Amino acid sequence: MLGSDLVMYDEEFKLIDAELQRLLQQANAKVVFLVDKNGQLIAATGETENLDTTSLASLTAGNIAATGGMAKLLGEKEFSILFHEGARDNIHISIIGQRVILVVIFDQRSSLGLVRLRVKKSAEALGSIFSQLLQKVETEKGSGKSADSPFAEITDEDIDKLFG
Amino acid sequence: MSFINYSSREINCKIVFYGPGLCGKTTNLQWIYKKTNPDSKGKMISLATETERTLFFDFLPLALGEIRGFKTRFHLYTVPGQVFYDASRKLILKGVDGVVFVADSQVERMEANIESMENLRINLAEQGYNLDKVPFIIQYNKRDLPNVVPLEEMKKALNPRGLPDYEAIATDGTGVFDTLKAIAKLVIMELKKGQEGG
Ligand SMILES: Nc1nc2c(ncn2[C@@H]2O[C@H](COP(=O)(O)OP(=O)(O)OP(=O)(O)O)[C@@H](O)[C@H]2O)c(=O)[nH]1
Ligand SMILES: [Mg+2]
Repeated sequence: MLGSDLVMYDEEFKLIDAELQRLLQQANAKVVFLVDKNGQLIAATGETENLDTTSLASLTAGNIAATGGMAKLLGEKEFSILFHEGARDNIHISIIGQRVILVVIFDQRSSLGLVRLRVKKSAEALGSIFSQLLQKVETEKGSGKSADSPFAEITDEDIDKLFG
Repeated sequence: MSFINYSSREINCKIVFYGPGLCGKTTNLQWIYKKTNPDSKGKMISLATETERTLFFDFLPLALGEIRGFKTRFHLYTVPGQVFYDASRKLILKGVDGVVFVADSQVERMEANIESMENLRINLAEQGYNLDKVPFIIQYNKRDLPNVVPLEEMKKALNPRGLPDYEAIATDGTGVFDTLKAIAKLVIMELKKGQEGG
């Protein structure tokens, strides 16, 4: 199958989470989250209790995919930053390392300028965490290591049980 | 493209329902939504026109339970079936782990089925996928209608490879969960294969 599946390990997850929290604070944001381009939520932090982050993740990815399609038609590689302004909340969306999407939700306690600045910094940090992660995935694959792979021993029965 | 998170012990997979306009893709998801208990599902999102035709996609996140200590989540998507939404269909196929082709069993929709199947093959190829290699099953929907094509003929036209296939009436749920189960199984088996392949 094309490309490699997205894999996340504990070590990188903690690094990512810490970086998102830093961004949340420094940008004075309400919510910060990270989505795979295919719409899967990777991590979220901030005031997420009453937020449907799963749906937001899917719609963010759809949004990026749609604008990506528009970019192609215009001969652009991609539009790497999107910004939506609301009456109360605003959303800043940016693509990191071609693969993941960083979303920052903020209100009047912050500003677009501040968010932009802080996102730029975090993007670098997150970018290098993801390169580290991809490298790790490659190495583990190469060594054929899948020690605690949840799939190795999977049976038809396991799958039937999923549906109760 | 599945997402395996060893940190939160979760597996996410993406399944796309494909097929011609009005074949019943959205109806499949609505049934699954209706019959799944609230703990296991997220909100169903439908980006639709005012006449309830899918405009971009439907999205339904399902949490199915655990496999070997990993929470298993399936993200179900439908594409817009109308011919002129082809650009959107391509986008939805990105990162797909499994495809359900929903065929409309009515005689007058046979040509649309075949066209849509061809369109699926082309759009997958554009993303670097080969339809013959992707976990893939077929559903013959609307079996309740009077003007349906006989099953054998549908199989011949749409399923020459003899893949798993199911008859369905999405409006009353017949065959809907059988279809979902079958594709989920194929997707998970494929993940297993991928891991073994090293
Ligand atoms: N009789 C009958 N009608 C069905 C069945 N499944 C779906 N329908 C009806 O067919 C119509 C179209 O169904 P949708 O689920 O919206 O079709 P779709 O494939 O999502 O269509 P697009 O979004 O345009 O691609 C609706 O009126 C459904 O109620 C079925 O099994 N039997
Ligand atoms: Mg639809």
